Amino acid sequence: MAETAEPARSAETGPEETGPAVEDHPNRPAESQPVVVCDDVHIEFKTLATGKRVNGGTAKGLLQRKRTMKSVHALKGVSFVARANESIGIIGTNGSGKSTLMKTITGLIPPTRGAVFATSRPNLLGVGAALINDLSGSQNIILGGLAMGMTRTEIEAKYDEIVEFTGLKDFIDMPMRTYSSGMSARLKFAIATAKDYEILIVDEALSVGDREFQKKSEARIRGIREKAGTVFLVSHSMRSIRDTCNRTIWIEKGDMRADGATDDVVDEYEKHK
Amino acid sequence: MSTAPTGSILAFMTLSEIAAQNNLGRVGARPPLLAYLKQVWQRRDFTFLLARYRIQSENERNRLGMLWVLLRPTLSAGVYALVFGLVLAGARPHNFVPFVVVGVFCMEFFNTSMNAGAKSIVTNASLVQSLPFPRMVLPIATVTQNLLNFLPTLVLMIVITLFGGARPSLEWLLLIPMVILFWIFNQGVGLIFARLTVHFRDLSQFIPFISRMVFYTSGVFFDPHRMVENYPTIRGIIDWHPLIEVLTIARGLLLPGYTVPVDYWWKLAIWAVVLIVAGIVYFWQAEERYGRDS
Repeated sequence: MAETAEPARSAETGPEETGPAVEDHPNRPAESQPVVVCDDVHIEFKTLATGKRVNGGTAKGLLQRKRTMKSVHALKGVSFVARANESIGIIGTNGSGKSTLMKTITGLIPPTRGAVFATSRPNLLGVGAALINDLSGSQNIILGGLAMGMTRTEIEAKYDEIVEFTGLKDFIDMPMRTYSSGMSARLKFAIATAKDYEILIVDEALSVGDREFQKKSEARIRGIREKAGTVFLVSHSMRSIRDTCNRTIWIEKGDMRADGATDDVVDEYEKHK
Repeated sequence: MSTAPTGSILAFMTLSEIAAQNNLGRVGARPPLLAYLKQVWQRRDFTFLLARYRIQSENERNRLGMLWVLLRPTLSAGVYALVFGLVLAGARPHNFVPFVVVGVFCMEFFNTSMNAGAKSIVTNASLVQSLPFPRMVLPIATVTQNLLNFLPTLVLMIVITLFGGARPSLEWLLLIPMVILFWIFNQGVGLIFARLTVHFRDLSQFIPFISRMVFYTSGVFFDPHRMVENYPTIRGIIDWHPLIEVLTIARGLLLPGYTVPVDYWWKLAIWAVVLIVAGIVYFWQAEERYGRDS
């Protein structure tokens, strides 16, 4: 989904659409209060892996397979301080550890070593895992809202707005499994963005659906970014990073390759590629 | 290039000192037990709805829908009654069919709680890794789900015992404390197994054998007391078997010709309290670990 959405969205984002919250205070972050501190964070995953390389599919290779614990060092000591009202881009090639870092910042994956400190719990924009495919869209709105920690009254107050935003009014009482992938992505997006956040992590893959819905969702993300105090934006689109982030962190193979002003870091990243 | 743009004043402080000075809490830190339980309580709407919706989605796609909640245990009780009715022949306990029905229905609640409780964290890894909430919500939702499945079967169980000659009495009200104690006990078991499988993945392969062991030692289709009449030591041991206690109490209340030993009530109460306290503390202690993958 993310891949198909990408080209259209970068073409769409003109320079005039830059996030004003960031542009207004280019130098402010250095003075403002720290809200997220990442202190030498290491993540090591241990998984059962087949010890032998698959040997051309011969029977011999299969018989010799051994079950060994394989350790993957996904993050190798990441440290930074994020301040109030900063908008921080996270870039890096696929599998470099961006998502792992974001999940660690939200406290969802506990660090193997090091620690993350924050004023309030950072939130990842996304609710998909809490939804149940066999239930209707409207039931999933309530379930998803509760899963994100909203109260029933909050959800009821926003219910109509959420349905309106999905544009799925006629299908809202049908089971989610009958939705197309685009439709369920819209539902998930609408639920996830119904809540206000203080520290927010946005994965750009979230802007989904057809062209019209992409426009709508981009506007919504921009609105949320402006309301939120501090935003992390994970993206492969250098244009949206440049447009919205005043600071960028480049993660490569679990190491922090660079951390600084967006223009410098992105320039270097593009040269590297 | 890789230096973080910390202000020059802060340059001599370590990052954790910066965090402490600015009152930043550690993300994902396990709160003290009471605060944790309060958080769990605040999520009760989510817990309950998750349980209810899961039942609905499990039955949604079957044509008979919710009826399967009753059909499943009835069919398995039918199979056991038929098979063991023939095998045991003369040694059948008195009032055999309702006897087996009470046994199978109650065991079903225990077994599903243990099985599903054990899987409640490991099979919800993506949920655990995408949204923050006290993880205890998951095993509680699972056992609540099984309780909600159990309650209608309890009604059916009463109806079947009526056919077996039982007549309604005030004593039936004691089914309420029985169900509550049984539920608390199952919740404790569910919490303990929820954490155990996180540490020992292979345990989920082993659990079916545990549940079969419990099933066959609990007197689902035989009367354990009659079998050990001449062995007082063994009788002393089986009096502490929590499932035998549950089944004996349920049968004593519902079936004519069976009585409830008073000590079973407090023994079951002790089991329930010990397991729920142990389960809560044990599960809470590993709260920070549940998102990790191994």
